[in-house]
Amino acid sequence: MLNLDENSRVAVIGAGPAGTFFSYFLFSMAERVGINAKLDIFESRDFTKPGPPGCNMCGGIISESLVQTLATEGINLPSTVIQRGIDSYVLHMDVGSVKIETPLQEKRIGAVYRGAGPQGIQDAQWDSFDDFLLKLAKEKGANLVSGRVEEILWEDGRPAVKVRGGEPRLYDLLVVAVGVNTATLELFQDLDIKYDPPETTKTFICEYALGKEKIEEYLGSSMHTYLLKIPRLEFAAMIPKGEYATVCMLGKKIDKELAQSFLNSPEMKRCLPPDWDSQQEVCRCMPKINIKGSTRPFGDRLIFVGDCGISRLYKDGIGAAYKTAKAAATTVVFSGISEDALEHHFWPKLQKLERDNRIGKMIFSSVGLFQSFPFARRAILRMVSKEQQNKGMPQRMSTSLWDLFTGSASYREVLIRMAHPFFISRLVWNVMIELWPFRPRKKEKECHENE
Amino acid sequence: MKTSELGKNFNDGEAIIRQGDAGDVMYEILDGQVEVRQEREGEEVRLAVLDKGDFFGEMAIFEREKRSATVRAQGEVRVLTIDKKILLRRISEDPSLALRILERMSHRIREMDNELVRMRTEK
Repeated sequence: MLNLDENSRVAVIGAGPAGTFFSYFLFSMAERVGINAKLDIFESRDFTKPGPPGCNMCGGIISESLVQTLATEGINLPSTVIQRGIDSYVLHMDVGSVKIETPLQEKRIGAVYRGAGPQGIQDAQWDSFDDFLLKLAKEKGANLVSGRVEEILWEDGRPAVKVRGGEPRLYDLLVVAVGVNTATLELFQDLDIKYDPPETTKTFICEYALGKEKIEEYLGSSMHTYLLKIPRLEFAAMIPKGEYATVCMLGKKIDKELAQSFLNSPEMKRCLPPDWDSQQEVCRCMPKINIKGSTRPFGDRLIFVGDCGISRLYKDGIGAAYKTAKAAATTVVFSGISEDALEHHFWPKLQKLERDNRIGKMIFSSVGLFQSFPFARRAILRMVSKEQQNKGMPQRMSTSLWDLFTGSASYREVLIRMAHPFFISRLVWNVMIELWPFRPRKKEKECHENE
Repeated sequence: MKTSELGKNFNDGEAIIRQGDAGDVMYEILDGQVEVRQEREGEEVRLAVLDKGDFFGEMAIFEREKRSATVRAQGEVRVLTIDKKILLRRISEDPSLALRILERMSHRIREMDNELVRMRTEK
C-alpha cells in the first residue's frame, strides 16, 4: 500500500488555484495527522507581472458559494485582491434588461485578476488572486521552484521532474495542476499512463479600460450577463473590475467574427459610454476551457487536478479547482497515493462533477432553444421583472438564472428548481400572456444598469 | 464600504443578530470586532468579544434553537453571511470542511471549562 509518510516528497506542477489549493490543504491535513510532508510547486509564470507573463487567462469570478466555502475554511479574500464585490447581476436580452438582486443584498461574489492585471499597466494597485493563494501555500510550507518543466521521467516506479537547465528531482507523488492552455500536458503523452487530456473549446476574453467613474456609473456592482440570439454564443458576461471591464464569451468554436458581432450588438453598446469603441481593448486572449473531462486523471503516485482533469462546465472553474484539489489532498493524506486509493476516494468526487456537467449541457441547450423564440424571451424577462418588483413572491426564475449565470449552485440543483411544477406553471402563464394578441405592448426599458 | 470589499458593513452598536430570533445563517468577521451579549432576567451579560477571522452564529446551523445571544458591532465591522443550506450541503460533500468550526467550538468549550473552574475556585 502506497502512503505518504514523514520523508515523502511531493511535486506539484502549476501554481494556479488547483496547485495552490492542493498544497494548502495537503499541509493542513498532514499537520492534523502529524505528517511533516515536503512539497515543491513548479511554476514558470510570475503572477505579480501584468499581461500574459502573469495571467492565467480567466474571467476572474469567485462564485458566491466559493466565497462562503473559503470563509468557512478560514480563507478570507482581502480587498487588495478583490477588484469589485458583486451583489447583483443584470440580464440583457434583445427584448430588454432586468437587474436581479440577491435577497441579502450583500456582496458575496468577488471579481479578481488572476495575475497583476491587463497588459500595459505600470503600477497595479491590487494583488493577484493566484499570487495570494501561492503565498498561503508558501506560508504552510510549500517551496516554489521557478522555471519551466521540460521533462517528466519515471524512475523505479517514482515520478521525476526536470526543469529547464536543472537535474531531474525524484518524488513520491506528482500532482499535475497545469490547466489546458499549456504545452506541459504534452509531456505526459509519451509516458506509459492511462491519462487522456480533456476536450476543450475556445473562449474569448478581453479587457477595456473605462476608468473608475465610468465603471461605477455604467456597470456598478453588477455582473452583466447577455442571453442573445447570436449563433454559437451560449452566454456572455461583462464584469466590472476596478478601472476595467472584463468581457467573456462562452460557446461553441468562438472566433473573432463571433466576438465582434457580440461586441457590436446594441445590447452590449447600450450598457457602455457612447464613446466606447469595441476595437480599443487593452488586452485580449482566446484561451481554451475544459468542456469534457479526462477519463482517467490519476494513476499510481500521479494525480491531475483542476482544468487538466475535470472542471465545471462554463462556470466556477476556480470552485472546481478547489473541490478537485481538496478531494485529492484528503485522499492522499487519509487513504494513500496508489491508483486503487485514488479510484475509490478521489475519482467518485470527480465523476459527480462530470455528471453535473452533463446536466449543465442539457440546461444550456434547453435555454438556448427556448430563447430562440421572441415571445419566450419576453416571457423570461416578464417573469424576472415581476419577481424583482415583488420581493415577497417566490423568486423562482431569478434564483434559477442567478445560480445558472454565477455558478453558485450545481446544475442539478438548477434543474430541480426549473423542473418544479410551480416554476413551469408560472413560466407557461407568462408565455400565454406574451402570446395573447390583445395584450398592450409596453416599450421595453433600454438599459437598467446601476439604477 | 469600499467597492472592492466583500460582505456587509454594520455600524458601532448595531445588532447583527438578536437573542431569541430564528437564524439560518452564520457570520465570518472580515474586519473589526463584535461583542456577544446574553440577556437573562432583565440583565445583559457580556460573553465575549470576537475579532477578525472569527465566526459567530454557528449554533443556528447545527441546532434548531433560537439565537442564544445578541451580537453587536463594536466599532465599524464587516461580516460575510454564510448560508446554512450552502454550508450543510458542502459539509455533506466534504466533511473536512467542518473541521475548522469543530476546532473553534472545541477551543470555546476549553475556555468555558477554564472559566467554570476559575468561578468555582473563587467561591
